[in-house]
Amino acid sequence: MIYEGKQKIWSEYQKEIPDDHYFYVRSCIRQSFFPASEAAFLDITRKKLGKDIFETEHHTTCGGIAYHSDAIPQETVMTIIARQFALMAKYGYENYVCSCITSFGLYCETLETWREFPELQKKIAETLWKTCRLDFAKPKYIVHASDLIYHYRNQIAALAKHKLINVHTGEPLRVVEHIGCHYSKMFPSKGVGGAEYPYVLAGMVEACGGTVVDYPERRHCCGFGFRQYFIKANRGYSLSNTYKKFESMEPYHPDFIVTNCPGCPYFMDRWQYVIAEETGKTYGEGSHGIPVLTYEEMMGLVLGYDPWDLGLQTHQVGAEPLLDKMGIQYDPERKYLGAKGKDIGRPACPSCIR
Amino acid sequence: MRNNVLIIGGGPAGLEAGANLQRLGYNVLLVEHSNTLGGHLGKWDRLFPGGTPASAALDKLLGSMDGVKCFTDTEIQSINRLGKSYNVILSNGITVLADAVLVATGFDLFQAEKKEEYGYGIYDHVITNADLELYFKTGLDTRINAPRKIGFVHCVGSRDEKSGCRSCSKVCCATAVKQACEMKAAFPDAQIYCFYMDLRMFGRHYEDMYLEAQRDYGIRFIRGRVAEVSENIDGSLSVKAEDTVSSKPLKVSLDLLVLMAGMRPSVSGQRIGSLLGMQNEKDGYFEVLSEITAQQRSSIPGIFLAGAATGPKTIPDTLADARGAATQIDKYLSDIFPKAKDLKQLIKTAW
Repeated sequence: MIYEGKQKIWSEYQKEIPDDHYFYVRSCIRQSFFPASEAAFLDITRKKLGKDIFETEHHTTCGGIAYHSDAIPQETVMTIIARQFALMAKYGYENYVCSCITSFGLYCETLETWREFPELQKKIAETLWKTCRLDFAKPKYIVHASDLIYHYRNQIAALAKHKLINVHTGEPLRVVEHIGCHYSKMFPSKGVGGAEYPYVLAGMVEACGGTVVDYPERRHCCGFGFRQYFIKANRGYSLSNTYKKFESMEPYHPDFIVTNCPGCPYFMDRWQYVIAEETGKTYGEGSHGIPVLTYEEMMGLVLGYDPWDLGLQTHQVGAEPLLDKMGIQYDPERKYLGAKGKDIGRPACPSCIR
Repeated sequence: MRNNVLIIGGGPAGLEAGANLQRLGYNVLLVEHSNTLGGHLGKWDRLFPGGTPASAALDKLLGSMDGVKCFTDTEIQSINRLGKSYNVILSNGITVLADAVLVATGFDLFQAEKKEEYGYGIYDHVITNADLELYFKTGLDTRINAPRKIGFVHCVGSRDEKSGCRSCSKVCCATAVKQACEMKAAFPDAQIYCFYMDLRMFGRHYEDMYLEAQRDYGIRFIRGRVAEVSENIDGSLSVKAEDTVSSKPLKVSLDLLVLMAGMRPSVSGQRIGSLLGMQNEKDGYFEVLSEITAQQRSSIPGIFLAGAATGPKTIPDTLADARGAATQIDKYLSDIFPKAKDLKQLIKTAW
């Protein structure tokens, strides 16, 4: 592997990321899967870094799941998106940051479609006015939330309480970075580092002292894929995708996986359990599984947030071995305590993953 | 009075045209921006279909250049029309009044790293056709270490809209077959795969070479494009492709992958084109006056073209094109400078 070759590509795929003043839109499914990640993003950007990140309860889904499942036509999803953009303008913002990779890809697709077909943009603007009485607007800049954390990576690293370094060996942690397919595979120029060797997560890992693992199936889908999972009969495809990735990364002994998509951490986390139950095969040291984190969780740990405040108890694969490697203190008794100390219940103990 | 002809480019087209124009009695000046004559031919080992040593072909071309004034490491600083001629200032300070200019600026190899999914410049054992020729010439390349499984990817930067190169590079199919056979000869135990879209074996003896590759060398031809390449933990390459004949995806581990980088318009040639105000066609190569009857003429009087400056060509096609350009220049100068033609005829007759 020639690192300089990657650096050359990374230098060619850099996008302009404004430093401040963003209109933030959440993801539909992340709040169910890993609910503390978006809260961590807002806390890091607003409180730790002092940035102006605005959100409103009036924003909705982008419509991506319905669109990609062929439940709604493109013009409907474009109108939903136009409404999001109109809200941004209404509140005085021109920089748009979204939490979801599917949304990010869809926003890029929509803006490109409007650029190529101005008559369609005009039609959507009319529909927006008729349905919502909102003025059509487009963002000056659109970024994914991981772009923004990438942009702040050195500031975060400067505030780090813990590095991505094994405190017992002094070695950098070995990190698999997994990028959501819709981040840059459709529009390579819209993603930091392009489509083949994305740098958005790798840059965060490197800034915080870790090292990135490049393995043969790095580019492969996590296994979510809308039709693979939403159609129950296709779920075997989803599982086999994930299995392929884990088989490929296993020889590299990664300490954890970091992702920037709503679906990827969920499927790479949960399917490890299913693979273990179905085949008896487990990954990671001591058959513990390989922890899968969102980038907010990773940077939250670096910044010294309590692991349970970051929601790591909602993961199938326990993060404790990783926390131990990073030298992070945690209270095992607090793991399953929710807000105000309420017991949120404990998962049934899987027989294969410890 | 002998007319001055300026040739821009010291590759096979420029050399062949220069030798022919000199023989026709013109005062020929050849300008080459690099430090050697021969262009890509100087970096190649053997030529298809018969395996002619490139050095022998180049030596023959260079050996015919007696009397041609060659300036290497020299750029065209400016070029302006002055009456019927062109006033040319060279980077070495020399000024030339050229009565005709032949643009023989050749081509650049497609930069294989632009096909990012193939990992050239990133994975240790991905090389290009040019790298392999250099290895054949020198025997030196640390990336080639007794490979047991070798792949050739055709059409890298050719017939590929995604990389902005729609046209066929014409020579890569035959080069891949030639190189595959050479690698099999060098490493008899190796399994060799060629991933192709379709094989364009258009030239004389090319089809025979292709059949020999299958029959005598056991090269496996797989019709399908390579989708992605990655590196295994042992440094070997994991290559994913589609076998469109059997309609199945394919994944194979290889020790070496050779990318058949295609031809692209020469960047330095485009600079010359800008100085002269020449037009390009959609494929980026220079426009010709007529693609059927005047392939060596540009739309600008006195400016001629030869070789790969007007599109991908094999070496024999390039040399034929250069000879055609020499004939066209001779005709043009005879028409435009009739007295000079008479003088030339007189000299010839006197001798």
